[in-house]
Amino acid sequence: MASPMKIRATTTAGVTEVKALMSHPMETGRRKDADGQLVPAHYITEVTAQHNGKLVLSALWGPAVSQNPFLQFRFKGGAAGDKVVVAWKDTKGETRTDEVVLS
Amino acid sequence: MNWKPALAVVALVISLPLLAQNDDNIFAQYRAMFGDDNPAELVEMQGEELWKTARGPQHASLAACDLGLGAGVVAGAYAQLPRYFKDADRVQDLEARLAYCMVKLQGFTPEEAVAKPYSEQGQPATDMEALAAWIAGQSRGVPVAVPQSHPQEKAAFELGRQLFNYRAGPYDFSCATCHSQSDKRIRLQALPNLTEAKGARNAFATWPGYRISQGAVRTMEWRVGDCVRQQRFPQLVFTSDAAIALITYMGVLAAGEPMAAPGLKR
Amino acid sequence: MKLQRRKFLRLGAAALGGFATAAFWPLRAMASAFDAAFKAPDMNGVFKELGTTPTPSDQIQFASPDIAENGAVVPVSITSKLPKTEQIMVLVEKNPNPMAAVFMIPEGTEGFVSTRVKVGQTSNIYAVVKADGKFYSAVRETKVTLGGCGG
Repeated sequence: MASPMKIRATTTAGVTEVKALMSHPMETGRRKDADGQLVPAHYITEVTAQHNGKLVLSALWGPAVSQNPFLQFRFKGGAAGDKVVVAWKDTKGETRTDEVVLS
Repeated sequence: MNWKPALAVVALVISLPLLAQNDDNIFAQYRAMFGDDNPAELVEMQGEELWKTARGPQHASLAACDLGLGAGVVAGAYAQLPRYFKDADRVQDLEARLAYCMVKLQGFTPEEAVAKPYSEQGQPATDMEALAAWIAGQSRGVPVAVPQSHPQEKAAFELGRQLFNYRAGPYDFSCATCHSQSDKRIRLQALPNLTEAKGARNAFATWPGYRISQGAVRTMEWRVGDCVRQQRFPQLVFTSDAAIALITYMGVLAAGEPMAAPGLKR
Repeated sequence: MKLQRRKFLRLGAAALGGFATAAFWPLRAMASAFDAAFKAPDMNGVFKELGTTPTPSDQIQFASPDIAENGAVVPVSITSKLPKTEQIMVLVEKNPNPMAAVFMIPEGTEGFVSTRVKVGQTSNIYAVVKADGKFYSAVRETKVTLGGCGG
């Protein structure tokens, strides 16, 4: 079960800024562990963000995105009570979805 | 007196012609770009859950653990550790206190409580790291106030001061060898002067910290233990009197600095 | 490409209803389109897959550190002032595979993203923006003191 994301969303002058911090090892597949064995690649490949059901961002990632990825973006709109949902999928097919309610 | 060889080694390392200025400034731009979004936050979330989860043979949470401000009081607790605890009759830092509560409240054995303090590369944060991250975070903005009223607290400070200045090991290093002068560095790692308020305050207030090079939250005890390793001393035992004494010494010198942990570290 | 994007958005809005359990990920089509670009071993290879070499543009504000304390985590922020910005990409020239990330910007979302990437060694980082069907770029060098790929 993937670890939760930390999502912060604040609306100022009609624009909502979203900051998401995701928990993920983002292994490139090129790193060797303490025993000299290659650690297999394991990283987020797809990210989507929705605001009240409307897609506000999507992304394709490679292994070069840093461990415990950070993502920040802004979209027009957003009112108290609205939901912002961020989801990701990784190379193992694992997924994680978290949401935040605008205050 | 074996001063010269050790000093020569240190001077050589420090004078490497890389960057002229104090490297803290060079990386200020880099650190600033992280803003408030420290990956340690993820570990803090883990720690909060651990605190509240019933675990161990006694199936109890840590919610009744007294960190010095009363049972279950976490806000501001980190800023006054290490301190003397009557029930343990000992000066304890955060990790020693957590281990104590894990034994008394949750029924773990002392060995289990200290079995795995630090995570390896690629592993999630250990219980100790996660709890430390969250508990320290609950002291954000609170001025450091490591107490010195109990005789054992004073003794810990004095022991810490002696250990800080104790030269040993194959390099004849003490903590002071690297940490008693200002504006020094080893390669590109800045060396805070821990003998004066400014260096001591910044260092104490920003550990635990997310260590970018390891992708992990590391505690103050980890930091001290890693320095000891680099001094080629025997391994610093987790939650030992020596570790707690050194942290007490640094904490007292950092008095008044608002806590800003978990920080962001190289 | 514009037509594809509108279709993609409609598809996205409908399919994302049952978000958490959606077996169908609308990014599938996009993912295969960029597969080759992610695998390209150098900048020329990436541009070949994109079908064009981007034009340098001063309408792209690109913030990245001059020198990174640790190449494993390098913050980058890209703001595109180009009208009809649809995609923002981050490419790290000296990485084994320069393409790090592609962000798809729907209407209503600002042409801005901020994230953190691994930079294996001192390298140029490119911000590539697709706007109104054309590609533009901005470049900055980031010096790395500690390599970013797990060393």
